[in-house]
Amino acid sequence: MATTPAKKSASKKASVSEDAARANRERPTEPVPYKATKEELLKFYRDMLLIRRFEEKAGQLYGLGLIGGFCHLYIGQEAVAIGLQSALTPGKDSVITGYRDHGHMLAYGIDPNVIMAELTGRAAGISKGKGGSMHMFSTEHKFYGGHGIVGAQVSLGAGLAFGHKYANDGGVCLAYFGDGASNQGQVYESFNMAELWKLPIIFVIENNQYAMGTSVNRASSEDQLYRRGESFRIPGIQVDGMDVLAVRGAAEVALDWVRSGKGPVLLEMKTYRYRGHSMSDPAKYRSRDEVQSVRDNSDPIEGCKAYLTEMGVGEDALKVIEKEIRQIVNQSADFAETSPEPDLSELYTDVLVEQY
Amino acid sequence: MAIELKMPALSPTMEEGTLAKWLVKEGDSVKSGDILAEIETDKATMEFEAVDEGVISSINVAAGTDGVKVGTVIALITNEGEEAAAPSSQPVVSDPLEIPAHNAPPANASNPKPAESSAAAANGEMQTVTLREALRDAMAEEMRRDDRVFVMGEEVAEYQGAYKVTQGLLDEFGSRRVIDTPITEYGFAGVGTGAAMGGLRPIIEFMTFNFAMQAIDHIINSAAKTNYMSGGQMRCPIVFRGPNGAAARVGAQHSQNYAPWYASVPGLIVIAPYDAADAKGLLKAAIRCEDPVVFLENELLYGRSYEVPVGDDHVLPIGKARIMREGTDVTIVSYSIGVGLSLEAADRLAEEGISAEVIDLRTIRPLDKATVLASLSKTNRLVVAEEGWPTCSVGSEILAICMEEGFDDLDAPVLRITNEDVPMPYAANLEKAMLVNADKIVAGVRRTLGV
Repeated sequence: MATTPAKKSASKKASVSEDAARANRERPTEPVPYKATKEELLKFYRDMLLIRRFEEKAGQLYGLGLIGGFCHLYIGQEAVAIGLQSALTPGKDSVITGYRDHGHMLAYGIDPNVIMAELTGRAAGISKGKGGSMHMFSTEHKFYGGHGIVGAQVSLGAGLAFGHKYANDGGVCLAYFGDGASNQGQVYESFNMAELWKLPIIFVIENNQYAMGTSVNRASSEDQLYRRGESFRIPGIQVDGMDVLAVRGAAEVALDWVRSGKGPVLLEMKTYRYRGHSMSDPAKYRSRDEVQSVRDNSDPIEGCKAYLTEMGVGEDALKVIEKEIRQIVNQSADFAETSPEPDLSELYTDVLVEQY
Repeated sequence: MAIELKMPALSPTMEEGTLAKWLVKEGDSVKSGDILAEIETDKATMEFEAVDEGVISSINVAAGTDGVKVGTVIALITNEGEEAAAPSSQPVVSDPLEIPAHNAPPANASNPKPAESSAAAANGEMQTVTLREALRDAMAEEMRRDDRVFVMGEEVAEYQGAYKVTQGLLDEFGSRRVIDTPITEYGFAGVGTGAAMGGLRPIIEFMTFNFAMQAIDHIINSAAKTNYMSGGQMRCPIVFRGPNGAAARVGAQHSQNYAPWYASVPGLIVIAPYDAADAKGLLKAAIRCEDPVVFLENELLYGRSYEVPVGDDHVLPIGKARIMREGTDVTIVSYSIGVGLSLEAADRLAEEGISAEVIDLRTIRPLDKATVLASLSKTNRLVVAEEGWPTCSVGSEILAICMEEGFDDLDAPVLRITNEDVPMPYAANLEKAMLVNADKIVAGVRRTLGV
């Protein structure tokens, strides 16, 4: 696994016998932390900060009753989406995820206004207010949602990858799912077909340690999730998902592997969510100390800041970014609050594409 | 005593077959396990083995004979030293099901190659093809027309289709577009749905819709709802197709009609054709359609032959019912295999002087209410004939429509003539009793007419 100064992962090393068993097959090279330029690192910082502040604002709006239903925040996991998607080409490579999807959309450069307006259920929302927090899409960016059934996006992602191969367009699909979804049956059906047909797909397990309220080791007989693809001959790599450079480094290795036609690869991102599973989760299954300890020692944004400081970027420059981000986020909240709700006639549109 | 070798039933729905080839001749000694003959069913060519020892004393059906009924004596084996006895002339096994034979001459050995596309069509010329060939031709024509169309499912490629519906497609289109999957319905339904979201035009074949229960999440949650919940941004043009409803003697888990299940879901198109021309024209429409389609076929109809327009431009409108037979006294509304039963019932009613109008819904969702209500306003009496359960059925929906929108036209309550409200039994007599048939439809019509 890729180790980084920002976070020591608690993962076990693969044993010698397992290594020997796998030695016959070619494997991706061990990822190394990405060597970002100052400009790239500043962009990572800015993009992660946008997700953080956007999600904090969404949490506030939920508290005010402006956002309803389920709202799953990405706070704490920002390095995963930014590290991975910064290596992709929007419009060429496709991305699909579950219901914790705001961060992945922001990471693909989708306008925060239309995302926030979808959260508040307004006509200007990216799904015209008909999808909500869990169901947002941007076919223009090749961002395919936004799916509410745990694990469904893994089969659908294999289908997107099938499409890339069928069209021979050079694209790769990035399919995100959580540690909870990694126990769903269809995930393994998809692993099997993806490797059998050498589909260009990167399976990303965002292991934030809790499937709703159930910790990984209470739900998973093999809790080292990067091994979950090995019986399908899909190589797995465990990555420090709290370090944006480690994530980006792993993305480079994974993309090399997949783009060279060697089939899928599985990345287990060890990460953490600071907030509850959704806004209605009191998070009694873990201690405040546990959350605080991760925040203090492994926060992805603080980690990135430390790299920037090493590179000689001063506080003032970061404050300018912070100010700019707050402005964008406040603007999106204003937009989302003041945009009108969908017209009632919209209730009956978009059920079918054609008239019969 | 001579042992009679009878034409075997080599599939649950086989009624007859072709004796393609004898591998033994009269006078040959055979022992158990020897291959005696090759028999062609409408699905495959099968080897026929000896189960007894002896000498082939006579061959009663020549090689190359078509339409040999199941149960016909095809040869005799005599134990050595015995004299050959004369074969009994009648087949002893009767058809397990009474299937109406409207426009249905015996199925010929199926055509192994998709029909060549014809540029000059629409001249009104018709040809006789089996329903399975019509489905295959629809897929082949649409695949020639649009590179985005592909077929995926269990045994669709190298095996040539579990029910031979995809026969010849692999040869013409190759493994890029005709794809065998592992037995993972949930997974490959998701792969197909994702491919449709990404811009392709998948045809996902389920070996039967009973197996699609494993995949129903993708059909409903992923495919049907996508366009709505993306505000019209993300489409899912996909066809889920395969046999639906009761086959023959395959028991409870392989004999269900899912039309009412899928027809209850906004965002889906649900089509259940009866004859080959509709199967072809509607499947082509389904493949071209921008919306997700559940296309429900019927295994018992696959081998039946019907007249189909020649050429590759036979595309029918989705959502339009068809009046199969005009009548004035009563309307029988049906779909899929029930249409044949209804036509048979209408024939019998005509002998009694009752004029029944028969409507084939063809598309179950969106339902062609106008055609049903127009017929009701003419006949003032209506029954629904459905090969499926009565509770929350398509029939229930038709009843509701007649009550809500046709109440003033009703001279009698609308009746549902359906299967019994029990799981499908295996025993032949119980299965027969469970299923809807022409007798039950005739009785229902009499009840609604008070005669």
